[in-house]
Amino acid sequence: MHDYTYDGSFDGLLTVLLEMYERKTPPNSIQPADAAQGGLFTATVPIATSEEKAARVWQGLLKYMDKEARTRLYHVFLSERADREIIICRYVQLAVEAKGRVDISENYTNDSVRLVADIDKQMFREKHRMEAFVRFEKTQDELFHATIEPDFDVLPLIAPHFTKRYADQRWLIFDRRRGYGLYYDLHRTDIVQFEEKAPQRSTDMSATVLDEREPLFRLLWQTYFDHANIPERRNMKLHRRHIPLRYWRYLSEKQPRETRFQPIKNKTLTKDSSQLQ
Amino acid sequence: MNERIQEKLSILADAAKYDVSCSSSGGKRKNENKGLGNAEGMGICHSYTEDGRCVSLLKILLTNYCIFDCAYCVSRRSNDVKRAAFTVDEVVDLTMNFYRRNYIEGLFLSSGIFKDSDYTMERLVRIVKKLRTEHKFNGYIHVKTIPGASPELIAEAGLYADRLSVNIELPSELSLQNLAPEKNYKEILTPMKQIHQGIVQNKEEKALFKKVPAFAAAGQSTQLIVGASDENDHQILQLSDSLYKGYGLKRVYYSGYVPVTDDARLPQLTRPPVIREHRLYQSDWLIRFYGFQADEILDPQHPHLDLEIDPKLAWALRNRHVFPVDVQTADYEMILRVPGVGARSAKRIVAARRFAPLTLDHLHKFGVVLKRAKFFLTCRGQALDSREYDEQSLRRQILFGSGAVRSALVTQQLDLFAQAS
Repeated sequence: MHDYTYDGSFDGLLTVLLEMYERKTPPNSIQPADAAQGGLFTATVPIATSEEKAARVWQGLLKYMDKEARTRLYHVFLSERADREIIICRYVQLAVEAKGRVDISENYTNDSVRLVADIDKQMFREKHRMEAFVRFEKTQDELFHATIEPDFDVLPLIAPHFTKRYADQRWLIFDRRRGYGLYYDLHRTDIVQFEEKAPQRSTDMSATVLDEREPLFRLLWQTYFDHANIPERRNMKLHRRHIPLRYWRYLSEKQPRETRFQPIKNKTLTKDSSQLQ
Repeated sequence: MNERIQEKLSILADAAKYDVSCSSSGGKRKNENKGLGNAEGMGICHSYTEDGRCVSLLKILLTNYCIFDCAYCVSRRSNDVKRAAFTVDEVVDLTMNFYRRNYIEGLFLSSGIFKDSDYTMERLVRIVKKLRTEHKFNGYIHVKTIPGASPELIAEAGLYADRLSVNIELPSELSLQNLAPEKNYKEILTPMKQIHQGIVQNKEEKALFKKVPAFAAAGQSTQLIVGASDENDHQILQLSDSLYKGYGLKRVYYSGYVPVTDDARLPQLTRPPVIREHRLYQSDWLIRFYGFQADEILDPQHPHLDLEIDPKLAWALRNRHVFPVDVQTADYEMILRVPGVGARSAKRIVAARRFAPLTLDHLHKFGVVLKRAKFFLTCRGQALDSREYDEQSLRRQILFGSGAVRSALVTQQLDLFAQAS
């Protein structure tokens, strides 16, 4: 048993998997070098990332699993769980033992398989939420920018969605927690790193750099949001289940109103309904 | 100018909110022209209002001026409300700018009837045409067809919209005559049929020719108001079933009646019938995704949905003779009928049992709700709860037994009943 360490990249982890089989030594743990804690009775083995080896492993995985299962492993990696490496490793070991003759991806009685399926589901949910909860603001130089803080590292997963959708506008989505973003320049989408610290929250972008009509559309959106609600059916528990509080910070419809909400008076109140007010 | 548009939006969003459809899925419109938007695949709810409903589309009326006087409608002619109307450009500008900021998946456009049906419908068509052709907008568009609009205008709307819908409004023609005297089933069902045929024909042409313009690719839906008239749940489900079968509808929406106007023909409610609405949706799901027939859920002897328990459990309690089923050997279809087993856990069960005999612990980890399911399942012939219960005690056991969690909705509404009496 070894304690493997690597550089924390996905390619690095794939390299570890190859080395592990070449050395015929299963891992006691696999950890990023900067976070590694050595075991008492095990040797710590640092593995240098090799793109070539990683590519071979990535291709080779298909001998033991289909593309969907392989993608799920990548999603587990992006989940940033502390035990993600060992979960991926166990799944691969299981698939290799089955020698590709049995498709283990549906063996939900196995804890590793179920765990991978469940994490994949969580990742999908977070990706889907980010596709919904990104709120762009337009700047004077016609850039649509948004700040998010997703629970997991989903930027790589949402890039195709936004690239297809907003093909005719420049946009930037910044993940504040992880300090990097996606930038689309009307031709392609790239990952961009930020040197200086980004604005604390999207609303801090000083009003001067925003497009002159930006405050108007924000106001109209808030107006729409307030008036689409049916007060007689108010159900805050359901509301918060759909939009958990941690996402409110970057949602423009959840920011304070400049003027108080004025309901449309469109019915004469009867005795019964006035009790509800 | 800005204040005016804000006021218009508040009036016309407020008037449109009783239309419950907010689906944005099932479209096939890709962004192939480097335009704005993409409506393929699954829908997205961009936000949720405080009543817990999804906000997916910019749902507005073009105007709330209306020549009709339907008793249940907030915009009825005789109601004293503020009136407003958008211009074509205002709707286009709002839609484009909301979409660019990722607020919405697209536009849901409906309208009160001003002047006459065709005049109104023609304006709706003008808006969607402009969005598609001048602004290369590929987001989702749902157009509500105006009752009595000409077939030519409906056909044209179908070229630009992803979904068309005609509201059936009430569960029987008699109620419709009573509450909406200017409307009738014929004027509703004729365009519904036309849209259905258009969609079917479009699919056939697509199979034959390469380039055929899409026609309402995301299908059509309808909505009916529950609790404004006295039809029972059995009648409502029979109607939905016939609409699904006869008109190929994608969805029937049920809108629990919210008292919006004073009218002697309408019931006085203290609260919209939200649980009943919820049970109807559950039944609708059983029909569309769980292989149930409408008359298995309710029949003339059992015309009302049980408000306390869900319709699948109610069915299982009435049909104890088909249970228990064994998780190791039963068909997928039968496992899906077990209370507490959803589609995901049913799939996991049939997939996983090829690898190992399933235990109670497995079922729990698959997400099966055991407090309901345990009375209806066996694992390798072993009953999970071996005591014998009759229907009533089983019902009590599930509702109030250990681990029973009452839906907040039910508790809330029953509390209100208690207060009222």
